[in-house]
Amino acid sequence: MTAGDLQALSVTLRLAAVTTALLLLLGTPLAWWLARTRSRAAAWVDSAVALPLVLPPTVLGFYLLVWLGPQGAVGAALAALGLPALVFSFWGLVLASVISSLPFMVQPLRDAFAAVAPRLTEAAATLRASPLDVFFSVAVPLARRGFLSAITLTFAHTVGEFGVVLMVGGNIPGTTRVLSIAIYDHAESFNHGAAHTLAGGLVLTSFAALLVLNLTQRRRAADSASSA
Amino acid sequence: MKKQRRFLLCLPFALALTSARAQPATRATVLTIAAASDLRFALDELLQSFRAARPGVQVDVVYGSSGKLSTQVRNGAPFDIFFSADRAYAQELEAAGFTAGAPRLYAIGRLVAWSADATLGRLSLDELVRHPGVKRFAIANPEHAPYGQRAVEALRTRGLYEAVVSKLVLGDNINQAAQFVQTGAAQAGIVAYSLVLSKSLAGQGAWTLLPQAWHTPLEQAFVVTKRAAAMPLAADFVRHLDLPASQALLQRHGFGVAARP
Repeated sequence: MTAGDLQALSVTLRLAAVTTALLLLLGTPLAWWLARTRSRAAAWVDSAVALPLVLPPTVLGFYLLVWLGPQGAVGAALAALGLPALVFSFWGLVLASVISSLPFMVQPLRDAFAAVAPRLTEAAATLRASPLDVFFSVAVPLARRGFLSAITLTFAHTVGEFGVVLMVGGNIPGTTRVLSIAIYDHAESFNHGAAHTLAGGLVLTSFAALLVLNLTQRRRAADSASSA
Repeated sequence: MKKQRRFLLCLPFALALTSARAQPATRATVLTIAAASDLRFALDELLQSFRAARPGVQVDVVYGSSGKLSTQVRNGAPFDIFFSADRAYAQELEAAGFTAGAPRLYAIGRLVAWSADATLGRLSLDELVRHPGVKRFAIANPEHAPYGQRAVEALRTRGLYEAVVSKLVLGDNINQAAQFVQTGAAQAGIVAYSLVLSKSLAGQGAWTLLPQAWHTPLEQAFVVTKRAAAMPLAADFVRHLDLPASQALLQRHGFGVAARP
């Protein structure tokens, strides 16, 4: 791998790590609310969360370009405040990734939280546990499979992002040139060997991550089924 | 079990916190160039000698179709010099106030009809387009790629556009169009002369140069963007471009010499 490829790998890993961390902070309370609420707004929020799954990435990329660009609402406001632009920047990509990977964090967590029997949380409450205590002591440990799933999927999905990054990133080496774009670049400049290396590497690591996830899920499911 | 979970949960945070920001090279030592895709091989070679003459300097190049890159410049992309394959895009940027000066011609581009199949590649454009073996014909997207626009012009000049339009496949830029032809996905296409001369593609199939009379000239011009107006490194590179060795390099890559004003 060339220095340029290693740089692309570093940008990709940083992007995935920052996105996953931010989504853990933002997505967990949202998933908890969605799992437990009886409000009718939940259906609307659920749909909004699932939207990035069904829309083509170019739609998100297009709207981000319009809003974050110098003539857009957000872009103009940032410029007026003297802040650096989000288009063609690493943090612009983070914003794009957080939006497009939102369902991958929220949905597994929501399902895992929904599987926590209400009588357990109610029992904890009767034993004088505060809502926060109930969450951390009862819900989170019971939902650990959901956390593992959510983190792995969010991380892997961000690594594989292409469409949105292409539209909003600008392919700047060291800042917005991620692995998927680097592969595209190599293919375009007829460096098939380099493209093979990167693409093959991605296939192997993604498969390995998913394999680990599925092996641990099955083992835990078997454990809890036999001990129930 | 608890330890594993905590570790996994902490992992993304740890990665995020400890990953240092991209090395903050100062603006004086990083030159970011946006260049039309047909320049890929010529510019890469040109930069080798530039980097050798200035160790410690970082030059990043982003290749794409001229239309796309010009739009990115308008949207604030951090490019210092923009090499367009069509003078018109550079002139529009100047008129809109995004440049630090007038566009300067650096080369004249040429088109070739190319096929990975040598027998097909030796046919005239007329015969190639009408050949039953040519099911897909690749050109760059004329919406934003100058080589694609000129390809359409050449086809219309020869009265071949109607015959070929149902077979057209559009590459996002001239490089992608060449990729379609090289892999055989398109049996033939119109691509940049500079690409078929490059080391990566030379000797594959056969090509014929299209007469310049068949399309408006591909006057390729570059501009220094407003953000690099006072950047010494940008001025350095422009001077490097003027060297006789650099001009000879461009000619070797199939670019005609631009008439100096």
